[in-house]
Amino acid sequence: MAEVSTQTILDGLGEIVEEIVGIPAADVTPEKNFIDDLDIDSLSMVEIAVAAQDKFGVEIPDDELKNLRTVQDVVDYVQGLAAKA
Amino acid sequence: MGKTRVVVTGLGASTPIGGDVASTWDGLLAGKSGSRTLPWDNLDALPVQFAAQAAVEPADTGVIPKPRMRRMDRCQQFALIAAIEAMKDAGYAHGDTEGLTIDSDRLGVVLSSGIGGLHSALDSYDVFKEKGWRRVSPFTVPMLMPNGSAAHVGLEFNATAGIHALVSACSSSAEAIGYGIDMIRAGRADTVIAGGTEACIHPLQMASFGAMRAMSTRNDAPELASRPYDKARDGFVLGEGAAVLILESEEHARARGAKIYAYASGVGYSADGHDMVQPPEDGRGAAKAMQRCLADAGLEPEQIIHINAHGTSTPQGDVAELAGIKKAFGDHAYRLNITATKSMTGHLLGGAGALEALVTVLTLRDGLVPPTVNLENLDDAVDLDIVHGEPRKLADGPAAALNNSFGFGGHNVTLAFERAL
Repeated sequence: MAEVSTQTILDGLGEIVEEIVGIPAADVTPEKNFIDDLDIDSLSMVEIAVAAQDKFGVEIPDDELKNLRTVQDVVDYVQGLAAKA
Repeated sequence: MGKTRVVVTGLGASTPIGGDVASTWDGLLAGKSGSRTLPWDNLDALPVQFAAQAAVEPADTGVIPKPRMRRMDRCQQFALIAAIEAMKDAGYAHGDTEGLTIDSDRLGVVLSSGIGGLHSALDSYDVFKEKGWRRVSPFTVPMLMPNGSAAHVGLEFNATAGIHALVSACSSSAEAIGYGIDMIRAGRADTVIAGGTEACIHPLQMASFGAMRAMSTRNDAPELASRPYDKARDGFVLGEGAAVLILESEEHARARGAKIYAYASGVGYSADGHDMVQPPEDGRGAAKAMQRCLADAGLEPEQIIHINAHGTSTPQGDVAELAGIKKAFGDHAYRLNITATKSMTGHLLGGAGALEALVTVLTLRDGLVPPTVNLENLDDAVDLDIVHGEPRKLADGPAAALNNSFGFGGHNVTLAFERAL
């Protein structure tokens, strides 16, 4: 699997977050914490994770979800899986 | 006396006739039918190919932000839209609208649905079968639970006196209003957001009510299908939408100078003890609900001038209700102006009681009884005065009315309203 660019992931994640919780995609920047900065609850994170799986073609197990605290964490996780594949 | 009197201070609705109270009421006075052919593929698979769908799609109102809409069943969307309209109408603050801020602990919600989030349950099951459990929305349970609508409205207005969702099929939201009246009488709340909602116009419901032979099959003329008391009636028409009444203690409403639509004077309940889905022919269960309602409201039968009937357009139900009215009122039954709102709105099931309570309140306020439409040849068994053709003017002055709602399971609920003078 080819490496997905950081910008592609950020853009994709921004679209997902805007669709699911209504926060503008432009606010979804790498340093943001989903819970503290974007005020996203745990069930919404489940929805976002499922949508991210569909968009980027990677599985995010529930055990892994709690480690994905910031937008950058998701970028790293998706790129890390892509690198391993 | 001692009993706290309860008044109606706000109204909200999203119905097959209009997206709000004003357009719904205008449409009802104009005799408008909400029944239409369904815009679906594969209609040939269904015994009934029409219904009374909401006049305005929830998404088109812009009232609820899109991300929140995704987590709400359609019935919950209707409920919240109607509740926001009603609370604004009552003069309470909401969003950018200025108004009175209410003490949360004195605000309750009683909002019913007969069926609950049917679309959400079935949609999620489709997702599960096609894609597995991980793709099922984590909001599926709050979307399908029948108390979900009450909970959404309670959260919107931070109502902490209590949130309740009574379920009794097609009398659910009449029961909700009755419970709301009792909440205020018991001193549990000053204000109660009370109503009902339903959104189950789904192929499964068309098939299952069709299998019961309960719905009209007049597929070639949907607008003529709901025809209570007419010789050619052949079943009800399924509708969807929501209606909400703001109930308030008279003392609280007067102290804040609220506009008062009417008194919500009382409620009567009974059960048929007869059959799961059929009423007894003599309407004895309905009669008991009406008699108990009069007693609860402290009204004499002769004070009632109007009945907004349950009248669903089924062959048995319509005449059984009229038999019950005669049993409860004796000779006075012949002086009552009776109408059946479902001739225009179709049957909103768990939303019907609240919608018809709302219509009864407006009937008293404006002194105009909306007509029963499609009544061309009166059933030979009907000898009471059914208002049809055009709206009928009621006399000015003191006036009281009843509103009947009956549900599968043998539930009977009657509400009483009095004109505010």
